[in-house]
Amino acid sequence: MNKKNKIKIVVNGKLMTVNIKFSLRNLTQKLKTPINKVAIELNEVIVDKKKLNKIFLKNKDKIEIVHFIGGG
Amino acid sequence: MKSDIFKIANKKFKSRLIVGTGKYKNMLECSKAIKISGAEIVTVAVRRVNISDRSKPLLMDYIDPKKIMYLPNTAGCFNSNDALRTLRLAREIGGWRIVKLEVLGDKKNLFPDMIETLKSTEVLTKEGFKVMVYCNDDPLMCKRLENSGASAIMPLAAPIGSGLGIQNKTNIKILRNQTKVPLIIDAGIGQASDAVEAMEMGCDAVLINTAIAKAKNPFQMAESMKYAVISGRKSFLSGRITPNLNGSPSTTKKGLI
Repeated sequence: MNKKNKIKIVVNGKLMTVNIKFSLRNLTQKLKTPINKVAIELNEVIVDKKKLNKIFLKNKDKIEIVHFIGGG
Repeated sequence: MKSDIFKIANKKFKSRLIVGTGKYKNMLECSKAIKISGAEIVTVAVRRVNISDRSKPLLMDYIDPKKIMYLPNTAGCFNSNDALRTLRLAREIGGWRIVKLEVLGDKKNLFPDMIETLKSTEVLTKEGFKVMVYCNDDPLMCKRLENSGASAIMPLAAPIGSGLGIQNKTNIKILRNQTKVPLIIDAGIGQASDAVEAMEMGCDAVLINTAIAKAKNPFQMAESMKYAVISGRKSFLSGRITPNLNGSPSTTKKGLI
């Protein structure tokens, strides 16, 4: 595999290698993320979930995917 | 009799018991205890999705946010920026505007950092959030929060999870007299009598997590808290008798042999 076609991103603190031209939609599909139950941040900016397929990831991008858990 | 409705940010509720969803053994126990408690509002936290293990159960699969109002909180945040970030994310998950702000200042006793809390309340209110604020029981700071647009003032009875009950009753009474928005005791409740006491003092609601979740029998405690809140509220509304050091016979002397 050609390394030039790959980028490194950090998702929820974990390093991942994906292809270039990889969109946030591709990422949520890969992770099987239930979109309607999460919020997504790209480099600390909240992402509009309607535009996931238009946002392409760049090398060193930091993505946070959060949801609700039990808490007091 | 006029129905006794509890209102927060123009939303109406019958139950005056708000419960947390943390510290339960599992989601099933949590959802069952909530059902028994009769609570219509539950606090929830915002955390990273586990991307490596997708088999973990999701809160939303056990507690339907269409049936029970989720109150997103900022548990674990120690500064204003983290709290703001968390609540903006919570809003993004599904449009939650009524939120619980909790900015902690001390890792040991979990007391709130009131300077950061006040700052965050101002920002969130301007952004259109309805902010229910976890705070200490200082009347001056609580007034400032109210003036900054807080939708509910939520003083601690005692440190979070301590179960010590209401420690500073004088301050809570002062807060009751001065607070125009809902006053909710948040943190420190240990047993049913603490919840009764808070309600008898005129608080609008209580928020309980650990006392139910960590009781040996959480389901029975959930039921106990449900009735404690109802009992305390009814007692408060009924207009208690004036305490008197002298006895007063319950039976008339008329006809005494």
